[in-house]
Amino acid sequence: MKQAVVLDLTRLPPHGLGGASLTWWGTLAFMLIEGTGFALSIVVYLYLMSLASQWRLHAPTPDLLAGTALTALLITSLLPNLLIARWARDQKLVKVRIGLIIMSVLGAAPLVLRFFEFPAMHVKWDQNAYGSIVWVMLGLHTTHIITDLIETLVLTCLMFSRHGDNPRRYGDVSDNAMYWNFVVATWLPMYVCLYWVPRL
Amino acid sequence: MTLRDDGEVLRDTAMDELELDRRLAATWSTPAGFWGALSTVDHKIIGRRYIVTAFIFLALGGSLALAMRLQLSQPEARFIGPDRYNQIFTMHGTNMMFLFAVPVMEAMAVYLVPLMVGTRNIAFPRLNAFSYWMYLAGGLLLWIAFAVDTGPDVGWFAYVPLSGPQYAAGKRADIWAQMITFTEVSALAVAVEIVVTVFKQRAPGMSLDRIPLFVWSMLVTSFLIIMAMPAIMVASTALILDRLVGTHFFNPAEGGDVLLWQHLFWFFGHPEVYIIFLPAVGMVSTIVATFTRRPVFGYLAMVMALIATGVLAFGLWVHHMFVAGLPRLGESFFTASSMAIAIPAGLQIFCWLATMWTERPLFKTPFLFVIGFMVIFVIGGMTGVMVASVPFDTQVHDTYFVVAHFHYVLVGGAVFPLLGAIYYWFPKLTGRMMSETLGRWVFGLIFTGFNLTFFPMHILGLQGMPRRIYTYQPEMPWSALNMFVSLSAVILVAGFLVFFIDAVRSAASGSAAPANPWGASTLEWATSSPPPSYNFARLPVVGSFEPLSADPDTLSVVTGLSVNRRELIVSSVVEALPEARESSPGNSIWPLWSALATTVMLIWSIFSPWAVVWGSIPVAIALICWFWPKGAPEDDS
Amino acid sequence: LDPQGHPAIHVEHLIIGMIIVCSVIWLLVMIMLGWALLRNRPDESERSRERKLTITVSTAVGATVVIIAGLTIASFYTTRSIALPENAALTITVRGQQWWWQVVYADPDPALGFQTANEIHIPVGQDVRIQLESVDVVHSFWVPSLAGKQDLVPGRSNSLVLRAERPGVYRGQCAEFCGLQHTHMAMMVIAEQPASYQRWVAAQRDDGAMPGDPDAAAGKTAFLAKPCAACHTVRGTPAIGATGPDLTHVGSRQTIAAGLLETTRGSLAAWIADPQTLKPGNNMPMVPLTSVELRDISAYMESLK
Ligand code: HEA
Ligand code: HEA
Ligand code: HEC
Ligand code: CUA
Ligand SMILES: [Cu+2]
Repeated sequence: MKQAVVLDLTRLPPHGLGGASLTWWGTLAFMLIEGTGFALSIVVYLYLMSLASQWRLHAPTPDLLAGTALTALLITSLLPNLLIARWARDQKLVKVRIGLIIMSVLGAAPLVLRFFEFPAMHVKWDQNAYGSIVWVMLGLHTTHIITDLIETLVLTCLMFSRHGDNPRRYGDVSDNAMYWNFVVATWLPMYVCLYWVPRL
Repeated sequence: MTLRDDGEVLRDTAMDELELDRRLAATWSTPAGFWGALSTVDHKIIGRRYIVTAFIFLALGGSLALAMRLQLSQPEARFIGPDRYNQIFTMHGTNMMFLFAVPVMEAMAVYLVPLMVGTRNIAFPRLNAFSYWMYLAGGLLLWIAFAVDTGPDVGWFAYVPLSGPQYAAGKRADIWAQMITFTEVSALAVAVEIVVTVFKQRAPGMSLDRIPLFVWSMLVTSFLIIMAMPAIMVASTALILDRLVGTHFFNPAEGGDVLLWQHLFWFFGHPEVYIIFLPAVGMVSTIVATFTRRPVFGYLAMVMALIATGVLAFGLWVHHMFVAGLPRLGESFFTASSMAIAIPAGLQIFCWLATMWTERPLFKTPFLFVIGFMVIFVIGGMTGVMVASVPFDTQVHDTYFVVAHFHYVLVGGAVFPLLGAIYYWFPKLTGRMMSETLGRWVFGLIFTGFNLTFFPMHILGLQGMPRRIYTYQPEMPWSALNMFVSLSAVILVAGFLVFFIDAVRSAASGSAAPANPWGASTLEWATSSPPPSYNFARLPVVGSFEPLSADPDTLSVVTGLSVNRRELIVSSVVEALPEARESSPGNSIWPLWSALATTVMLIWSIFSPWAVVWGSIPVAIALICWFWPKGAPEDDS
Repeated sequence: LDPQGHPAIHVEHLIIGMIIVCSVIWLLVMIMLGWALLRNRPDESERSRERKLTITVSTAVGATVVIIAGLTIASFYTTRSIALPENAALTITVRGQQWWWQVVYADPDPALGFQTANEIHIPVGQDVRIQLESVDVVHSFWVPSLAGKQDLVPGRSNSLVLRAERPGVYRGQCAEFCGLQHTHMAMMVIAEQPASYQRWVAAQRDDGAMPGDPDAAAGKTAFLAKPCAACHTVRGTPAIGATGPDLTHVGSRQTIAAGLLETTRGSLAAWIADPQTLKPGNNMPMVPLTSVELRDISAYMESLK
C-alpha cells in the first residue's frame, strides 16, 4: 500500500502533561477501580448494619480522637499537596524537592495515628461481623496510605537523582499528588461511616 | 541498540522506506532468545501468548466436560466418585469462565485494539506483560492444585457457607479464592490498558464516531471489568479472611450474612457474562461488515446498544437469586430489568440482519460462524428471557435447563464468534491462512454437535434433572437423553479437535496471507501480515469510518516521529487530535519478577496472614526497579 | 414436570406460554435470517433502502418492547397468583442438613409434636406452609410437581406453600449444590386424603413400636448399646441423639437415606453395614457390627413402623 503523508508532527511536544499524558489517565482508571472497592466496602458496612437488629452488635462506641485527628491531618495535607502539584506544573525543581519531603512526612504521620485507630474501635476483627468490616475498611485505607507513601518516597529519591529534572518526572509528581487527593477524599465517607453512623 | 545516535533525535521525516523500516525495527523489536521472550512488552507477542494459553485452557476445560459427560452417560455410573466429580465441574466452570472466556476476549483485544486504532503498542506495555504472567500463574495454581487432588469443589460461584471455614476444610476453597485474585488482577490491568489505549492512542482523525465497533465493544467491556471486578475482589478477600483469620462476614451467628456473598458474587457475576459476550458482539460486527462489504447498519444504534447493555448489566444480579427468599416485589423489578436487556440485544440482531439484507454476503468460514451464532444465541437469549421470569425460574433454577441456557449463550454467543474471529484474524496473527475446507468441517461438526448436545438439556431440565449431581437413579426418566447428550458431545469435541489440528497445521504450513486477504476496511489490515514489531512504518491518519475502503491503495500517514526512541501519538479523547509524541516503555524483565514476587506473596498468604506483610517487600522492590529510569531514551522527554 | 399442585399448575401455564411465544420469535428471526441471506437483491437506491430498513428495524425493536412488557406482566401476575396465602392450615418445619431433611411437625402441646425425616405427609387440597431452615449450608427445597423451589439459607427462615390437588407420592430433591452428597438428597411428599393423613399423624405421635419378635428385641438392645443411640432418636427408648434422622418410625417410611434406597429389611441392613459405600461421604459412620447384630438391628429398624 502506498503512503501519502498528510500530517507532520515534528513540532508536537515529546511528552504530554495532565490530560495529554497516558499515566494521568491510567491513574484515573486505577482510582476508579479502587473507588469502586471503597464504595463497596461502605455498602457492605451499611448492608450488615441494615440486617442487624442492634448495630455494632454489642460492641462499644468507637473513640473519636484518633480518627478525627487523622481526618484533620489528612485535610491539612491537601494544602502542600496542591502546592506541589502547582510547582510540578511549573517545573520548579527545588520547590518540588522540598514539597516531596514535606509530603513524605505527611504521608507517614497518618500511619502513626492509624495505629491508634484500630484499638479505638474497641472491637476485634474476629469478634463479630461489625468488627470484621471495621477492620477491613481501616486496613483497606491503610494500604492506600502506605502505597502512596512508598511512591512518594521513591519519587523523592528520584527528584534528588540525576533523573529528576525532566518533564516526565514532573508529570509523575503531579499524578502522585492527584492520587493523594484521592486517598484523602475516599477517607472522608469512610470516616463518617466508621465514626458517626454508629452514633446515629 | 547501536543505531541510537545519543542525544540526537532522528526523525522519520523524509527517510526512505528501507532505512525507516530498519531503524524502527532496531528500536522496537524484541531481542531473540529466551531472555528477550521473557522481557518483551510487544502487545502482539503478549497477545498471541495470551490467546494460545487461553485455548489450552479451553482444551483442558473441554476435556473435563468430556469426563463429566462420561460419568453422566448412564445412571449410577461409577467412573468418577462424588468428590472428584465435584472438583471436575467446579474446575470446568471456573476454568472456562476465569481462565478461558474472559482472558481470551482480552487477549484478542490486546492483540487487535492497538492495531485497529493505529498505534504502535498498547498503553502501559509493561503492565501488559505483568498481566500475562499473573494470568499464567493463576492458571497454573488452579491446575496444579487439581492435579494433586486439591482442586476447588464448591462450584464456580462457591456459595458460602459451603466454601466457608466450617464446611470446606483443607485449602481447596482458598485455592479457588486466590485464583480469582490472580485473574482479576490481570483482567483489571488489561482493562485499564484498553481504556487508555482507546481514549488516548487513536490515530489522528479517528474521532469517537469513527472507532471500529470491535473497539467500542472492548471499551465498554473494559469499563464493565473496572466496575464489576472489585466486587469479586471484595468478596473473595472477605472469604479468605473468614477462612484464615476468623472474621465473620458470612457467619450468621456473629452478625454476618450468607446472602451477602451471593449479592457480591452476582453483582460481579452478571456483568461477567457480558464481559464475555460484548467482545463477541464486536467480533460479529467486524465479520459481518467485512463479508457483506459494507459498514454495519446503524452504527450509532449499535454503539448505544453496547453501552445500554453495559449499564443494564449492573441492574440484573438478583435474577440469579430468585429462590433465595428475597422479597417478591423486589424480584419482579429484576424480572423487568433482565427482560429489558432483550431490547439492546434484539436491536443488534436486527441491525446485523439489516446489514445482511442489503448485500449478499460471502459465505466464508468466519461468516458461517456468524450464522451459527445467530441461530444459537437467539435460542439462548430466549431461554434467558424465560428464566428471567420469577415463577418460571423457581421451577428451572439449578436444573439442566439453566445449564442449557448458559451454554447456548456462552458457546453460541461467545465461542462461535470467537472461532469465527480466529479464522478471520488468523492471517493477521500468523501471516498464513487457515484451511477453508477444514473450516467448513469444523463449523459443521461443532454446530451439529453443539445443538445435539445441549438442546436435550432443556428437556432434561424441564423433566426435573438438577445440575451438579454426579449420578442419578435408573428410576429417573433421564437416562436415554443423557446417553444421547454424551454421545453428541463426541461430535462436538471432534469438531474442536479438527479446529485445533487445523490451527496448528496452518500456523506451520498454511498458505501465505497477503496484507488484507478479506478486503476488510479497518486499520489492522493496513499493515503486513503479521505486522512488524512497530505495527505501522508511519502511523495512519483516519479520515472516514472505513479508512481502507475510501481509497484502498493509499494510506494517509503522519511524519515527524522519532525513530530512535519508541514513540507514538497521544491524541485527544473525542476528536483524536494529536496532542503529543509520547514515548512507549521498552522491554523489561521486571514485570516478570514483579509477577513472581506477587505470586509468592499470594500463594503464601493462603497459609499465613503474615505473608502479606513480608511478601509485599519483594513486590515493592520489584515494582520500584520496574519504574526506576534506566537512562533509556524512552525514560525522558 | 408433572404438575399436581396449585402453584405448579399456574407456573406450568406460564412456562408453556413463554416457550410458545419465544419459539415463535425465534422462528421469525430465523426466517428473516434465511431470507436475508438467500434473497435476490433488486436494484434499489441506497437512500430509499436505508430508510425502509430503519423503519423495519425500529418496528422490530418496538415489537420487542411490547412483547417484553407483555411477558413481564404475565410473569408478575403469575407471581401474584402463587403468592403465599396468609393463613395456611398447617405449618411444617423442614430443616435441611448435609444430606438429609429433618421434618418437624410442631404442636403447641409438645407431647403431640413429632419429627420424621425425608418424608413429608400433607393433606390433599389444603394449603400447607413449609417453614424452611438450614442447619449447615444452603440447600434448596424442590418438589417439581407441587411448586417451584425455595432455598434453605442458614441464619434465615424462608417459607413455601404447597397445595396438592390430588393424592400421590411426589418426589422432591435438594436443588442447591450442598457438598459431596448433594446428589442423594431427595425426599418424598405424600399427599393423602385428610382422613388418612390424620391417621398417619396419630401413628407418628406414638412412641417407637415395641419389638414383637425376638430378633427385633435383640436388635433394640444392640441398637441402644451401640453408638447408634448417640445420633438417633427412637422415642420411648433412651436413644435421644439428634445428629441423625429420627428413627421412631423409620420402618413406615418409603425410603431411607434421603431417597437412596427403598425401605426393606435388606436395604436397611446394607445401609447400616456400610453407609459409606452406598452414599460416600455422608455423615453416618460405619459402626462395626457382627452379622447377628446387624440382622437384629435391621429387624428392629424395620419393625419401627
Ligand atoms: C455470554 C453469556 C450470557 C449471556 C449473553 C446471557 C444472557 C442472558 N441471560 Fe444468562 N446466564 C449466563 C450467561 C449469559 N446469559 C450464565 C453463565 C448463567 C448461569 C450462571 C450459573 O448459575 O452458573 C446465566 C444464568 C441466567 C439466569 C439465572 C438462571 C438461574 O440460575 O436460575 C437468568 C435469569 O434471569 C439469565 C437471564 C439472561 C437474560 C435475560 C439474558 C439476555 O441478555 C438475553 C438477551 C437476548 C435475546 C432475548 C435474544 C435476541 C433478541 C431478539 C431476537 C429480540 C426479540 C426478543 C424478544 C421479544 C424476547 N441468565
Ligand atoms: C465458556 C464457557 C464454557 C464452555 C465453552 C463449556 C463447554 C462445555 N460444557 Fe460447560 N459449563 C460452564 C461453562 C462452559 N462450558 C460453566 C460456567 C458451568 C457451571 C459449572 C458449575 O456448576 O460450577 C458448566 C457446566 C457444565 C455441565 C454441568 C455439570 C453439572 O452441573 O454437573 C456440563 C454437563 O454436561 C457441561 C458440559 C460442557 C460440554 C460438553 C462442553 C463442550 O462445549 C466442550 C467442548 C470440548 C472442547 C472445547 C475441548 C476439545 C479438545 C479436546 C478434547 C482435547 C484436544 C487437546 C489438545 C489439542 C491439546 N458444562
Ligand atoms: C455419627 C452419627 C451416627 C451414628 C453413630 C449412626 N448414625 Fe445412622 N444416620 C446418621 C446420619 C447423619 C444419617 C443421615 C445420612 C444421610 O442420609 O445422609 C443417618 C441415617 C440412618 C438411617 C436412615 C434413616 C432415614 O430415614 O433415612 C438409619 C436406618 C440409621 N441411620 C441407622 C443407624 C444405626 C442402626 C446405627 C448404629 C449401628 C447408626 N445409624 C449410627 C448418623 C449416625
Ligand atoms: Cu442439599 Cu443440595
Ligand atoms: Cu445473569
